[in-house]
Amino acid sequence: MKQKDIAALLDEPACAHNDKGKSGCAKLKPGATAGGCAFDGAQIALLPIADVAHIVHGSIACAGSAWDNRGTRSTGPTLFRLGMTTDLTEQDVIMGRGEKRLFHAIKQAIETYRPAAVFVYNTCVPALTGDDVDAVCKAAGARWGTPVVSVDAAGFYGTKNLGNRIAGEVMVKQVCGTREPDPLPPGVEGPGFRVHDVNLIGEYNIAGELWRVLPLFDELGLRVLCTLSGDARFHEVQTMHRSRANMMVCSKAMINVARLLQERYGTPWFEGSFYGVADCSAALRGFARLLADPDLSARTEALIAREEARMDGLLAPWRERLRGRRALLYTGGVKSWSIVAALQDLGMTVVATGTRKSTEDDKARIRALMGEAAVMLEDGNPRNLLDIVRTQQADILIAGGRNMYTAIKARIPFLDINQEREFGYAGYDGMLELARQLCLTMDSPIWPAVRSAPPWSIAAPVAPGSDLASDPPVVPAVPPLPAPASATLIPGVRHG
Amino acid sequence: MVERSTPPTPAGPRIIKRNKALAVGPLKSSATLGAALALLGVHRSIPMLHGSQGCTAFGKIFFIQHFREPMPMQTTAMDQVSSIMGGDANVIEGLRTLCAKHRPALVGVPTTGLVETQGADMARAVREFRVAHPEFDEIPVVPVNTPDYAGCLESGFASGVRALIDTLVPRAVVAGTRPGRRQRQVNVLAGPALTTGDIEHLKDLLERFRLRPVVVPDIADALDGHLVADDYSPLTIGGTPIGEFATLGDAAATLVIGSSLEAAANLLAERTGVPDWRFPHLMGLAAVDRLIQTLAQISAEPVPERIERQRSQLQDAMLDTHFSLGQGRFAIAAEPELLVAFSELLTGMGAETVTAVAPVNAPALRLVQAEAVKIGDLEDLEQAARAAQAEVLICNSHGVHSAARLGIPLLRAGFPQFDLVGGYARCWIGYQGTRQTLFDLANLMISLGKGEIHPYRSRLKQWPADEREAAA
Repeated sequence: MKQKDIAALLDEPACAHNDKGKSGCAKLKPGATAGGCAFDGAQIALLPIADVAHIVHGSIACAGSAWDNRGTRSTGPTLFRLGMTTDLTEQDVIMGRGEKRLFHAIKQAIETYRPAAVFVYNTCVPALTGDDVDAVCKAAGARWGTPVVSVDAAGFYGTKNLGNRIAGEVMVKQVCGTREPDPLPPGVEGPGFRVHDVNLIGEYNIAGELWRVLPLFDELGLRVLCTLSGDARFHEVQTMHRSRANMMVCSKAMINVARLLQERYGTPWFEGSFYGVADCSAALRGFARLLADPDLSARTEALIAREEARMDGLLAPWRERLRGRRALLYTGGVKSWSIVAALQDLGMTVVATGTRKSTEDDKARIRALMGEAAVMLEDGNPRNLLDIVRTQQADILIAGGRNMYTAIKARIPFLDINQEREFGYAGYDGMLELARQLCLTMDSPIWPAVRSAPPWSIAAPVAPGSDLASDPPVVPAVPPLPAPASATLIPGVRHG
Repeated sequence: MVERSTPPTPAGPRIIKRNKALAVGPLKSSATLGAALALLGVHRSIPMLHGSQGCTAFGKIFFIQHFREPMPMQTTAMDQVSSIMGGDANVIEGLRTLCAKHRPALVGVPTTGLVETQGADMARAVREFRVAHPEFDEIPVVPVNTPDYAGCLESGFASGVRALIDTLVPRAVVAGTRPGRRQRQVNVLAGPALTTGDIEHLKDLLERFRLRPVVVPDIADALDGHLVADDYSPLTIGGTPIGEFATLGDAAATLVIGSSLEAAANLLAERTGVPDWRFPHLMGLAAVDRLIQTLAQISAEPVPERIERQRSQLQDAMLDTHFSLGQGRFAIAAEPELLVAFSELLTGMGAETVTAVAPVNAPALRLVQAEAVKIGDLEDLEQAARAAQAEVLICNSHGVHSAARLGIPLLRAGFPQFDLVGGYARCWIGYQGTRQTLFDLANLMISLGKGEIHPYRSRLKQWPADEREAAA
């Protein structure tokens, strides 16, 4: 990829970061950098497309340490979970055999697995040796009559965020618009019930959480032409141009997809989130607003009223239990405002939140939610996070998997909010799961035990005889965290 | 000695080379990660991978999921400009940042495919760092050449160990070390197939002979999942203390566990003159016998009763499990050392390794007890195991889907084990570890319900009316 193409991608007019000089183009600091590369971002963005053969063109490190370890789910095909790589050898690199190997690799993938399409991800080594991946993909696609899409996102091009954008750009420019949507199944539409086509952009179906939301879409008559990319199929991506309204699900990473679809096909879009009751309702209203169908609006309001009433009942005991508990949220920023709202809805206090990737607009939303004095963390290094947990007396750290063992090692309750997590929190019912998981870790009986020093480190004799009935004395070995505000169990609630 | 049910062929198994363009379900992990792991086995160290930031991010997740520990790892964060113009400035800047911020005991710099393709000269970069920053002279920097287009985790680990010795162990004539000056010290070069549990057990064995083990690298001390008083450390919280490297030359002996460490062991012997005993692995009665006998000899102590007891427990387990394991058909996909260990163990029990797959070729594969070893991936494994009617699969966590499709049980071993809590800590070696392995393998065989005879319904039998109708 040429420098000017990368510069063009970094210049994202729809992104509020654009004039702040931090849109994925901040200079990296050797020895003090965390986070994935452009290849990582591109692959994460597209890997959930389930019936595609995803081939990583490069040496083993790119695919070898990262295949099939993400939490995304599929209703059917499992092809995407099969790690495929050209696994370049020293001889390939020295003799310049990469292109040839790639060509045969594409053939092998098509002949063995009959994929709907092949995506080829370029990586650092072949980018440096100058393999013409685009040309190989074109030739292979023509030769075997299967779409072969080149995703040129070598790691050294930039950050994960840039990789997300490259992936989105490739989908819009090379895949969208190459097929018309299937006709609706007969009998779905009726008087006063029209079906509208929509897209969800930047929803990855982590732990299957999309499936908590889709039933509501079906009920309202919103056909999701494509989710980019959770549980998607290649032929769905091809039809994204026919959508009447797009939702960018809480991820600035693929904002260029929403913008390009609007530029090219005039599709209106909005940014929303499925985290939290209020945001879930707002997202559904967003579609009703853009689609301007009075009947849809009425049915949407009815559905929202029903769901919110139902959730009020279900969440009541959890709100009781979580009221006043303090959370430190560090998501890197993308979903901060939405999760803040969800946690507040559960009665919790968010003591600080990460804003490393947040836009000014995001920050305004956070201030609106948390007040002007909201603590915003630009630097999420582990030392900083732990210090804030202590100074702000947080009961729990909510962050990505990379920070999990930071909290665990410091004996602090933790909830994983990013892509490797095993539970889905989206949709109305996702809030129940969120509440359950929060209580599971915060109210676990292990905390005093794991913070205790061995009893023999204090000079107290052990009385002879049986002492089985009473708990052993607990001696704090590390500065104890503030006691949970309400750790009592509520009858009738399944704990954990 | 254990009687082998089939005599080992002197030439070793047939090696079937990779013959396809696309790897499907890679078995290989990169040499870069192997070197990083070796460097993580030093106390207060941090590896800084010389490549783009993703190289480190992927590696970090890989090890975090396996060890369930925070992983101190950094990156030189190569970008477009440095990838074209040269990355020396990134190495120097990264080293300066790490040294100034954390004052580590050691910084390791494994290279990646990116910078090796570019032609990075690590010696020069480190030299320039030394000139520019004499204030960090006391912090050793260990560069390791580990392009990921050659070798695998095992070979990279071995390169890392060799580089540690090369940088940190002085020549005996220069340092004035003398083999045996520390009569009770035994150096242990611990290979990549050893888990944290294995290394702990090994130390325990040495201590029973009143020996003082110095393990290099000691990933058990660093990554065994213990809590320390400090709530956070940007560096490793355990591992071989940096000061111990200068004492290796005074040890009475060196044990080398793992055939991949050949070059590292040669270098250590050459530098120090300390005699060494080398073991391809420590699984199975014969291998452990040789270890224990060696320890008795080095320590001039009798073998403790406890250990003799454990030996007889293993013998008893062999008796108990040979019914289930005999003629068992196993498929193994693993890095060379582990493949050798399991295949020898199984052969010693009368079982057969019908499918053996390794990610790369290596001299150690000569020792594999199988007709052939395929250099390949999990797709190769699956096809071969199906054709050979394998009954149990031994593989890392990625094998779970292959095992499911084959309809056979899986024993997880090797890197990575991301879906098993405690896999990193499991002890496979010694009499005890071998015994538990035999139990587990036998239980998997028993779960297959082999030899079960399908009911035969004679048409001449006098069936009660309801049974006759049910059968109709």
